[in-house]
Amino acid sequence: MCRICSAETLEKTRQEIRLRSDPSTPCIAVCAGAGCLASGAAEVIAAFEVELESRGLTAAITTRGTGCPGFCERGPIVVIHPQEICYLQVKPADVAEIVATTLVDKQLVERLLYVDPATGSKITREADIPFYKNQQRNILGANSRIDSKSLDDYLAIDGYAALAKALLQMSPDQVLEEIKRSNLRGRGGGGFPVWRKWAESRNAADPTRYVIVNADEGDPGAFMDRALIEGNPHSILEGLIIGAYAVGAHQGFIYVRQEYPLAVENVNLAIRQAEKSGLLGNDILGSGFDFRVQVHKGAGAFVCGESSALMTALEGRAGEPRPKYIHTAVKGVWDKPSVLNNVETWANVPLIIHQSADWFAQFGTAGCKGTKIFSLVGKITNTGLVEVPMGVSLRQIVEQIGGGIPAGKRFKAVQTGGPSGGCIPASQLDLKVDFDELTKAGSMMGSGGMIVMDEDTCMVDIARYFLNFLQDESCGKCTPCREGIRQMLKVLNDITTGKGHEGDIELLEDLAATTIGASLCALGKSAPNPVLSTLKYFRHEYEEHIKNKNCPAYACKSLLAFNIDADKCKACGTCRRSCPAAAISGAKQQVHVVDQQKCTRCGTCFSVCPSAFGAVQRLSGAAAASVSATMTLAPEETG
Amino acid sequence: MSDVRLTIDGKEVTASRGMTLLDAAQSVGIAIPTLCHHPQLEPYGGCRICTVEAEQGGVTRLVASCIYQVAPGLVVRTRTEKVNRIRKVLLEEMLAHAPESEILLNLAQDYAADKDRFEKEPSFCIHCGLCVRYCAELKQKHAVGFIDRGAQREIHFIPEIAGQECWDCKECFPLCPTSALQAAYVLTEALLTPAKKPSCCS
Repeated sequence: MCRICSAETLEKTRQEIRLRSDPSTPCIAVCAGAGCLASGAAEVIAAFEVELESRGLTAAITTRGTGCPGFCERGPIVVIHPQEICYLQVKPADVAEIVATTLVDKQLVERLLYVDPATGSKITREADIPFYKNQQRNILGANSRIDSKSLDDYLAIDGYAALAKALLQMSPDQVLEEIKRSNLRGRGGGGFPVWRKWAESRNAADPTRYVIVNADEGDPGAFMDRALIEGNPHSILEGLIIGAYAVGAHQGFIYVRQEYPLAVENVNLAIRQAEKSGLLGNDILGSGFDFRVQVHKGAGAFVCGESSALMTALEGRAGEPRPKYIHTAVKGVWDKPSVLNNVETWANVPLIIHQSADWFAQFGTAGCKGTKIFSLVGKITNTGLVEVPMGVSLRQIVEQIGGGIPAGKRFKAVQTGGPSGGCIPASQLDLKVDFDELTKAGSMMGSGGMIVMDEDTCMVDIARYFLNFLQDESCGKCTPCREGIRQMLKVLNDITTGKGHEGDIELLEDLAATTIGASLCALGKSAPNPVLSTLKYFRHEYEEHIKNKNCPAYACKSLLAFNIDADKCKACGTCRRSCPAAAISGAKQQVHVVDQQKCTRCGTCFSVCPSAFGAVQRLSGAAAASVSATMTLAPEETG
Repeated sequence: MSDVRLTIDGKEVTASRGMTLLDAAQSVGIAIPTLCHHPQLEPYGGCRICTVEAEQGGVTRLVASCIYQVAPGLVVRTRTEKVNRIRKVLLEEMLAHAPESEILLNLAQDYAADKDRFEKEPSFCIHCGLCVRYCAELKQKHAVGFIDRGAQREIHFIPEIAGQECWDCKECFPLCPTSALQAAYVLTEALLTPAKKPSCCS
């Protein structure tokens, strides 16, 4: 590509690209994000290429590997443009039929279309699928319109127009002012006003400043930043350059976790493309502004998502947080003013500059503007990435977009904000989701992870799970975090294995107060959240575990027993044959019995027993204890 | 250096800019307990036993006084109920690892900490990092460091360096508030040079 050295050459290049690509030309867009690749998207793309080649259609029909559109549950996703026909869960074996039926004969392959579970009708266009229809895809929308590896594609959708506007028509102060007017708040978790961080760095005395992308997304179940940086890396770069210009930085870093190899690959490629075409380097677009970017691969520590730990790691030292009594915006990497923003925050910047702060601020609530991407996972029908305006209710996200809870189960809670977030119960489903409301409810936005839980989830066990994660991921530097988590986890392990005592809840609260009050960084200060929020809304579950050794969700195996009701058992043998521990005895016309000594409490017998019989009982608490005790004392004769 | 006026436990204090709350308090005879602090080393803020309440503009925060710097008009309280409670729990957590540490036991008396509140896991080390930082910052040898993270974090001598540097130094030993350090070194020594006997014993 020719060197883009001015606003004119940028626009000229853009026009040339658009002229080259006729929008009416059929294009097969296959999601090439990490999720779809894992379910075989690369093979699907290859199959399309082979099929088109063999039919001599390569010139007439293009194939494109796009970024992640978000509907990961149904990947690999194929969208045929310009009609936007959306086929889900496409396998290489479906490819020949798609080409023959849809691209040649202009007919639909009905069996690959989305079926609306509410009406049973088939939906052809991607945008009409309820999962997408109820979203506001300001940022994610571009992912499916471009090939993640193509600068041309990004330019075709107005890429780098915001950069040209910022560098050539606006002063750094005007850029800052526009960001301030937009009221953009950091998407990484804290929700700190972006302009304030930028202004603090800009006003710092030291002329050497840095801008950094935090792509160290480490929350279990969160993958929105991965989708953005994999799917549309140039948008992150563009935001970063604009931020650097506003702040007065000439060096940027992208701190991306190495567990995201495709993100690392795509962002490195984007940097090389931008450098080669003059969008990075000296005198960008003839503005006189110089800026360079380096990628730093994170070595796999969750705590490095914390700003000061990330900066310490960037300096080449062990990623441990340091006190931030002086903000990193003033004293960050190598003690220089450093603006660190999350991937999604940077992705918003070009949109605000290109389309104006007013456009951005039309979405969202009074205090929280714009959209937010959530990764919706867990016990939910439509797993994937959803982008909604701030202030949308949890119910809308879970029911309308997420399609509710599968298998007819009841919604119990949604965990937001990653491991240091909290659980929100069904009674709060109408909560308007934004930074402030989630915090008020005892959870937090975090980077946007949303784990949906159904009635089979034990809330004490969930708290235990997250504390176990945090015990490993704490850096271990300060006592209240390292020791507080260790002791809280011990209590939770005891409670979930039937060894809880009276006073455990108070002990948890005491430990939590010290961990919150005295920890050095945000990881420690928020680590007790999973415990405190579950105690707030599900205290009775803790009490049941402690007092009655009862797990109301039947999830804590140590508190369970499975028993076969002799009156209901039809001796069909299904449970006996399915038991992986060979713990069930019985024969034809002989009532079956579970050997409690051998039983591993996996629950297979309970789920396979035909519902017409319902002979297997799932017990917890006193009932479970009595079954186990009886069996231990006097194993029943079955012969 | 310009002076900063603040209040610590009701006392008017004049401190120089850049001074920590800990130093400012000590300058007027107010004692704040410390474990990971060493006047010759960079402030670390790891043990958090020096946590105090600092109020400014109506907002009260819990801060580590060994790091937090004085600011004009700051109101510092070093022995509130909240601070005492935090120190008590921190001591109880550390005593699970180093139940015999005299420093910890003495502090436990001051804060009514129950040394047996938590199950004992005598690793002895309370992760104050004095040895690691002393060796890195003052001796510049890096013969002892931290390995792993979270609850698994431990101090370890680096055999290649320790074998050459430590025998004639051992300046970190008296810094250790528990007996962990010496034990770790003896272990390294034994593993590294099983045949070599210390000259004093020959």
